[in-house]
Amino acid sequence: MHITESLLVKIALVTLFLPLIGFIVTLLFGKRIKWLYWFENSILIIIFSLSAVLAYLKLTNFTDQTIISEFQWINLGNVPFLKTITIELGIMLDNVTVIMVLAVTIVSMVVHIFSIGYMKGDKRYNRYFSYLGLFTFSMLGIVLTHNLLMMYIFWELVGISSYLLIGFWYEKKTVSDAAKKAFLVNRIGDIGMFLGILILVTTFNTFSFDKIFYQISLGNLPFGTEFGLTLVGVLLFCGAIGKSAQFPLHVWLPDAMEGPTPVSALIHAATMVAAGVYFLIRIFPILSGDALLIIAIIGALSAFIPATIAVTQNDIKKVLAYSTISQLGYMVMAIGVGAYTFAFFHLITHAFFKACLFLGSGSVINAMHHEQDMRNMGGLRKKMPITYVTFLIASLALSGIPLTSGFLSKDGILVGTFAFGSLTGNWWFAATGFLVAFLTAFYMFRAIILTFHGKPRDKKKYEKVKESSFVMAMPLVVLSILSLSFWYSLNPFNPEESKLLSNWVKPPEISVPQSARYDFMKTETEKVNEVNLKEEIIYSSAYTEAIHHAHYPTLFTSATLAFLGILFAFILYQWKFIDPDKLANKLKPVYLLSFNKWYFDEIYYATFVAGTIGLSRVINFFDNKIVDGIVNGSASVTRYLSAFTGKFDNIVVDGFVNMTAYLSGLLGLFFRRFQTGKVQSYLMFVIFSIIILLYIFK
Amino acid sequence: MIHIGLNHYLIVSSLLFSLGIFAVITRKNAIMVLMGIELILNSANINFVAFARYGNFGLTGQLTALFVIILAAAEAAIAMAIVLNIYKMFTNINVDEIDTLKD
Amino acid sequence: MTVYDIIFYLFALISVGSAFFVVTLRNIVYSAFFLLFTLFGIAGLFVLLSADFIAVVQLVVYVGAILVLILFGVMLTSNITQVKIKTSSLQIIPSAIAVLILAFSLIKIFLNTNWKTVPLTVQSSSVEGLGVLLLNQYSVVFELIGILLLIALIGAASMARR
Repeated sequence: MHITESLLVKIALVTLFLPLIGFIVTLLFGKRIKWLYWFENSILIIIFSLSAVLAYLKLTNFTDQTIISEFQWINLGNVPFLKTITIELGIMLDNVTVIMVLAVTIVSMVVHIFSIGYMKGDKRYNRYFSYLGLFTFSMLGIVLTHNLLMMYIFWELVGISSYLLIGFWYEKKTVSDAAKKAFLVNRIGDIGMFLGILILVTTFNTFSFDKIFYQISLGNLPFGTEFGLTLVGVLLFCGAIGKSAQFPLHVWLPDAMEGPTPVSALIHAATMVAAGVYFLIRIFPILSGDALLIIAIIGALSAFIPATIAVTQNDIKKVLAYSTISQLGYMVMAIGVGAYTFAFFHLITHAFFKACLFLGSGSVINAMHHEQDMRNMGGLRKKMPITYVTFLIASLALSGIPLTSGFLSKDGILVGTFAFGSLTGNWWFAATGFLVAFLTAFYMFRAIILTFHGKPRDKKKYEKVKESSFVMAMPLVVLSILSLSFWYSLNPFNPEESKLLSNWVKPPEISVPQSARYDFMKTETEKVNEVNLKEEIIYSSAYTEAIHHAHYPTLFTSATLAFLGILFAFILYQWKFIDPDKLANKLKPVYLLSFNKWYFDEIYYATFVAGTIGLSRVINFFDNKIVDGIVNGSASVTRYLSAFTGKFDNIVVDGFVNMTAYLSGLLGLFFRRFQTGKVQSYLMFVIFSIIILLYIFK
Repeated sequence: MIHIGLNHYLIVSSLLFSLGIFAVITRKNAIMVLMGIELILNSANINFVAFARYGNFGLTGQLTALFVIILAAAEAAIAMAIVLNIYKMFTNINVDEIDTLKD
Repeated sequence: MTVYDIIFYLFALISVGSAFFVVTLRNIVYSAFFLLFTLFGIAGLFVLLSADFIAVVQLVVYVGAILVLILFGVMLTSNITQVKIKTSSLQIIPSAIAVLILAFSLIKIFLNTNWKTVPLTVQSSSVEGLGVLLLNQYSVVFELIGILLLIALIGAASMARR
């Protein structure tokens, strides 16, 4: 069969809309037909195969092409104050898109299968699967879209499906509170994104990415200044802050762990929170240097702060949640320092091993009968070997140990920050990156030792623990195999050699004017004619060189730090050379700061929530004393006045009113004749009116 | 004598249309109203087919006429059901006496 | 005056004349039978417009189905035992004026408009063309019409049973 672009578009559309069908059917008939969750699951298997075919065809046949398929949805014509606006809907297929679609469908499929076992016996079993279908649909929409409008629509759709799934067990108060918190905190970020979209649309009269990029590369900027472009970049980034749980809006993600664990794996680790990073990847060409610097700072903060928090948490899912924020911070920081390809690479690898970790924790929690506190676990290694091994592999990947995918991608990000440091003299990002790498290895192995090693601390529950069933173990195995490095690069020490980065994912052409870019991103005009290396056209040769030089020092440093972190965890928790409690006592303020999550919730409570309440108190006081005083004073005045007007009313006004009423009654009697209630007399009037109009508008 | 053209058909159709309107607004019996509606639909059909013949639209006009006939059949069936129901409730089908909406 | 013209005037007279009787006769059964002639005349006009398939459908659906339905309606809703199957009219004079003005204006508009016509071509049977259109360009409409008919069928049955 001849492979054409339209075939790929068709496959992509089927992949997009099948989960919607699954959602609708399962939602409508799920209550009656008990086996309907198999329908939803088979749809996921189908779309996984479709997306695999799609990725294969795209990457082999159309490696360097971007396929855009769009149609005009609404033609608004001539809008006042703006020029003509037409709204196009459509999908865009480039290499980033198809790889991302494949990752989303893989994770979504294994989570579906895992949920068959995990949610067994739930009374809203089918409802749960239909929500998962809605989420898959909207996530694929985000990935496939080629314009800001659809992006925003699907952005909100994943928001609502995340809300529904976090609050799935809404009978519990904390659960419904967590769902509301997630939804509201996300709204704060989305307002920024919405403003950014509005600015772009009113400037360029289009929603499509490619057209906006083209306009900007021609030198048309929002508000005509480079500051306008930075503003738009930062506003759009606000949406990513909310969705990717970046500092300072990260507080919703740990609370979102109240939802079912497979949901945490799918939405709050692998896909939805990565949507923010994906969005940054999409709008990368229009991010100016200043905007990128802000993004890098936010990313570094969100990488560092949650990593320190994760060190002291006792709830296994909270540890993973903070680690997710930290890793997302890594990706955002990588975008900020211009390491576009590595950010995307880490996004993909992180999706697999973090989903594996969450599903592993789900397997543990299920086996321990919904016990999430690591202090009550321990020794599970012997009872749950499969879970242990897969969890270990994924943890190694997260810590960045060689031969795992995480090593490749994390190393890439560190190389990017290192090169950024050597080019701009700004070493803070590299330092943060290395520190976080150490902390990551430490807290992950702390979690493993507390959960799986040592002696069981809760004998009663330990006795009943069994290895999870096949449907739950199989996804773990699949995901842990995907966390190994050979899928991505045959040389386990050099991410640049992987096919993913060298052939498929390349930095896009930057549309930002030269003066607003980082120095090393400026186009070198004499190199433009060289076609062989695309990176060198977009990034300066100095950058490529810096990346090259940064490679080996970074590699050894990060691997050493990761091993040190693991060693430290073993010293503290396995061999107990140092008693962790005593250490905590010595470092009491630091420990408390970390244990209480840097008091973010308290700070927000004290400032925003208490501020709102305080403001309402002040308003209340104002109302009670001042407004009421005025009201009471005026009331007595009014009473005297009213005594006078009462008389006036009775005599003069009532006279008028009665007369008016009488007149209206007369008029009513007249017009009542037309309201016969008979269809035909109404029709008569219609005919006469038509004739009159005919002669007026002749 | 002018050769028969588009205008002749249009005149016939406008006469039929007016007669249909007349039936709809004067007759008391609901079934007579229905017949008037059928006349109106037929006059529209004549226009469609005539324009399809004399204009440059291919067969689309005829196809539309076909759809109108089908819709008329559906409409007649539903209308008859409504008329039967009204007859059961009021024991007559005089449109002018069915004015309970007035109160 | 060609044969075509004569036939046209014949059919036009049949349809308009019987339509007049449909509207004016007081006996509803007579009206229904005159409606038959009107519809028949219109079918003849369709043939003259070389719309053979539409003409046949007009005969089958209108004359065969709808008219029978209307007659059923007449029989079911009138007291046939009393021979008086007569119906009365209301507001005749104002309606007659309105309708006359309407007809006059419509005809004036039609005659004053400069219609863009193409020279007539000899057309073969339209059945094949209609079939191709129905199953290609208008296939969705075709399916929807089918569903609509089904809905109308079920709706009519359930309403009439109540």
